[in-house]
Amino acid sequence: MLRVFPFFVEAALVTLELTALALLLGLAAAALAAAGRMSRSAILRAVGTAYVSLFRGTPCLIQLFVLYFGGPQIGINLDPFAAGVIGLGLNIGAYMAESIRGAVVAVDRGQTEAARTIGFSRFQTLRKVVLPQAARLMIRPLGVNTVALLKGSALVSTISVVELTYTAQRFIGSTYKPFEIFGVAALLYMVMVYAVARLVDMLDRRFAIV
Amino acid sequence: MSTQRPMVEVRGARKSFGAVEVLKGIDLSVERGQIVAIIGPSGSGKSTLLRSINHLETLNGGEVWLDGVQVNQPLNGQAFERHINKVRQQMGMVFQHFNLFPHLTVIENITMGPVILKGMAKAEARALAHGLLSKVGLADKIDAYPSRLSGGQKQRVAIARALAMQPKVMLFDEATSALDPELVDEVNAVMKQLAAEHMTMLIVTHEMRFAGEVADRVLFMDGGVVVEEGPPADIFRAPQKERTRSFLKKYLSA
Repeated sequence: MLRVFPFFVEAALVTLELTALALLLGLAAAALAAAGRMSRSAILRAVGTAYVSLFRGTPCLIQLFVLYFGGPQIGINLDPFAAGVIGLGLNIGAYMAESIRGAVVAVDRGQTEAARTIGFSRFQTLRKVVLPQAARLMIRPLGVNTVALLKGSALVSTISVVELTYTAQRFIGSTYKPFEIFGVAALLYMVMVYAVARLVDMLDRRFAIV
Repeated sequence: MSTQRPMVEVRGARKSFGAVEVLKGIDLSVERGQIVAIIGPSGSGKSTLLRSINHLETLNGGEVWLDGVQVNQPLNGQAFERHINKVRQQMGMVFQHFNLFPHLTVIENITMGPVILKGMAKAEARALAHGLLSKVGLADKIDAYPSRLSGGQKQRVAIARALAMQPKVMLFDEATSALDPELVDEVNAVMKQLAAEHMTMLIVTHEMRFAGEVADRVLFMDGGVVVEEGPPADIFRAPQKERTRSFLKKYLSA
């Protein structure tokens, strides 16, 4: 067990890297989708809604398979890691879009009205009044999404990304000790989830409105 | 612009929410420096009328004018957005629930408008805000966040925030309705002070005594129409219409 532990730590770092990159992609996709869904343009609203429905309405595993195994058929050749980042990122982006939208909608309408009556434009109102308050409200839900992303990253083991779950499976063959091996993998996931949760707590306190 | 023109004029204002018509053709004219109180039961349309003047509600028919400029001009998209943002800078609005920006300090709430919209220098805006806060008796709260203030203090900051834009008219939408009774007077005192300075004001209120003290003219609204209007002495002491009488009777006996 001690002999394989360094491999697990290395694999856990891959999981973290995968999660971090997918998080960045997801946040970008989510911001665009949320903006689209709250837009005054019917086309942008439809695009945003279609994206969210598609990626929340189908299993993440199928999305990864379509991208990784189906991609080459339509000329998209991705290595496993890139496919994993893109698949996980687009998937979590759909959930994060709803977290962002929910936070913006949760800001009291009176705030918008007050800003507009002073003479601020829609955009100024959003940037100076609504978003600073919404940003605080979205920290927790986005934190929950990030934890889901971290745990869900185990799925990319099925498209042979050498991350924590894949590494664990590989060592079953040589050790015949699935209980210990998967137990250690689970423990490492828990440590990472705990770290993310603490980070979210910290951010939440840091940006609390007094 | 001619000084004969009313500061605020509403002609034939109509507004429906779905099938419910809340304003059924309202006419209203407020002269420069005049103070008009709008009273009436809940659902009479008085708040909707006030909000329509600021275009927080879009009228289905009729016109709103501010100092010779039509507020609800038939413009499209961006052109209307630019127009309304300019017009709104000339109207101060005070809400029942204050609507201070909780992520900004008292002074930031007040200076934000002049600095961003009028390009006022920060130091000048701070001086302006300081003067306004002294006027409403809150100079010591300059760096406080709104959450540290009482309701009455919040409303006085909201009034200062509106005044910082140097508006031509102030609209008060039940400014004291959400306050504990002992905090009402401090807000009313600020409004009386504005009245003494001849600020043009439209006041939607449930406080008959205050309306009687401060207003030049009182409008009684019910069912989306102006039932009766006149000097407070006439409306409160000798109302002509039965609906006005029964409303006031219920109110004054309560």
